Amino acid sequence: MEDLILRVTDIRKDYGHIQALQGASLSVKRGSITAVVGDNGSGKSTLIKILSGNIKPDGGSIQVGQESYGSLSIKNAMELGIRTVYQDLSLDNYKNSFENIFLGAELTRGPFLDRRAMKEEAGAILERINVAIPDLEEPVGNLSGGQRQGVAIARALRTPGKILLLDEPTAAMGIHESHSAMNILRSLKEQGMSQLIISHNIHQVFDIADYIWVMRLGRCIAGVATADTTPQQLQELILSRENQEVQ
Amino acid sequence: MSSFKRWCVKQSTALLLILVCLLMMAFLSVETRSFFSVKNVVNILEANSYRLILAVGMMCAIASGAIDLSMGSILSFSAICMAKAMKAEWSVAGSIMLSLALGMLMGAVNGSVIHLTRINAFIITLATSMLYRGLSLIATQGIPITKLPQLFREIGCGDIFGMESGVTMAIVITVLLIPLFYHTKWGSYVMSLGGNPEALKRSGVPIGLYRVSVFVLTGLLSAVAGIIVTARLNSAEANAGLSMEMDAICAVVMGGTAMRGGSGSLLGTVVAVFLMGLIRNGLTIMSVSSYYQQFITGAMMLCAVIIAEMRERRTRIG
Ligand SMILES: Nc1ncnc2c1ncn2[C@@H]1O[C@H](COP(=O)(O)OP(=O)(O)OP(=O)(O)O)[C@@H](O)[C@H]1O
Ligand SMILES: [Mg+2]
Repeated sequence: MEDLILRVTDIRKDYGHIQALQGASLSVKRGSITAVVGDNGSGKSTLIKILSGNIKPDGGSIQVGQESYGSLSIKNAMELGIRTVYQDLSLDNYKNSFENIFLGAELTRGPFLDRRAMKEEAGAILERINVAIPDLEEPVGNLSGGQRQGVAIARALRTPGKILLLDEPTAAMGIHESHSAMNILRSLKEQGMSQLIISHNIHQVFDIADYIWVMRLGRCIAGVATADTTPQQLQELILSRENQEVQ
Repeated sequence: MSSFKRWCVKQSTALLLILVCLLMMAFLSVETRSFFSVKNVVNILEANSYRLILAVGMMCAIASGAIDLSMGSILSFSAICMAKAMKAEWSVAGSIMLSLALGMLMGAVNGSVIHLTRINAFIITLATSMLYRGLSLIATQGIPITKLPQLFREIGCGDIFGMESGVTMAIVITVLLIPLFYHTKWGSYVMSLGGNPEALKRSGVPIGLYRVSVFVLTGLLSAVAGIIVTARLNSAEANAGLSMEMDAICAVVMGGTAMRGGSGSLLGTVVAVFLMGLIRNGLTIMSVSSYYQQFITGAMMLCAVIIAEMRERRTRIG
């Protein structure tokens, strides 16, 4: 059997009469970068939120490493080494970069926040992942879209994790920033971090991913190795009308 | 940007208000003989101590993206229970403890209902304000509880440093709030509750606990204000603190704290309370009818909010 870090089986989630996920199954090989593609509303973000413990699925199971779970809490997910960059970035616009990076895990000296230490450490993390933020004290609400994504990624990488979930992490980035973000993901992969990345950018997906899952109407309709497919074929899968189940 | 410059930008509303205060004081000392006396300044401080206590609590609630419209009602009901306890031969210390505990309990009820139902704090505290006020009316049947023990009056409005003890209480509370609000996790999370509660939750912070703690604080501070008000009047009554939360909201907003939450200005709140006290005092010693007070306070608040919003639009966050 292959070495899987994550396996999602038959996950279902309804929002009232909207079936966001209707039995989605996919897996992530340890140490790989796995992409999920699919149209708007196909359930990608819902899946990410289930894996990060934000919402409870109505059915199905999540296997992380060797353990299997019906659902995860945010704390569970964190303890299991799951790190998440949300589509909405989950930033507090009134707080600055380092306060956001340390949100929920502030460094303290006695009962008081140790802002200097946080700023220093945040600066180091941002430097390591090549994100340039001119002023770490500027509220993130005033930063550019790409800089904000940089802060969100830095937060996910603040502590070592096993698997990184990225929900369209480069959507707001320029060519340059997005290129350097891809380099970061590659170097994280070299360090052994598995990644599940959602992207609408087919080009990017082929550039970085080892495996690609195609989602459609709340199901994963196909899973392919990047090496075995072409952008043309992938496009056809995303657009395909019939529900071909490929595992 | 240097951190001092950043602080000045952040506190610009407060700094502007300080300027207005100074102008107002200069004007009053020229116009009237009695304004610039120690006695009158002490007077202003004493008359506003409990307002400040309510306002700094309200500032925390508003910074957390909420509001507490029940502060005046909590003030009244906790004070009535305290007075009843003293009438029933409880010790003064025990009665005061009771009022503080009840204040926190009523706050905890507010916070818990808001967190569990996820209904707007405005609606919930509007309802509980009537609920708690109703309890006050039921408990007293509308009859004030008067002639409280001398020791209680000593504690609530006795002399410390030549001023009523309420002034010292207000200063101590405000000074304690500075590090708590700006330099601890608690303060930071309270502001994030207003800024982006979802982000806070996703960071693994138990947001319900912090949501409730804000209302426990406003409840506690309402009870403290109730002690001062009751001691000054030597009477606990069902309509004590009526619409005082509105004055508090006015001061908080005038002091530059945005209603949507996410951040808050303690300094601005303090200065705004003082300014409002100054206006009341000035009008009184200039023998202007108190009917003008409302009008002037309203006009000032309107200006303050418009100025704040204009500045906000220039340096938009989010
Ligand atoms: N909180 C919610 N309440 C109700 N419906 C929801 C909620 N969140 C998502 N949905 C619905 O579930 C479906 C899947 O949404 P989801 O956000 O997972 O899509 P997505 O694949 O991430 O799309 P996109 O590419 O636009 O980000 C959509 O039809 C959406 O309207
Ligand atoms: Mg999405």
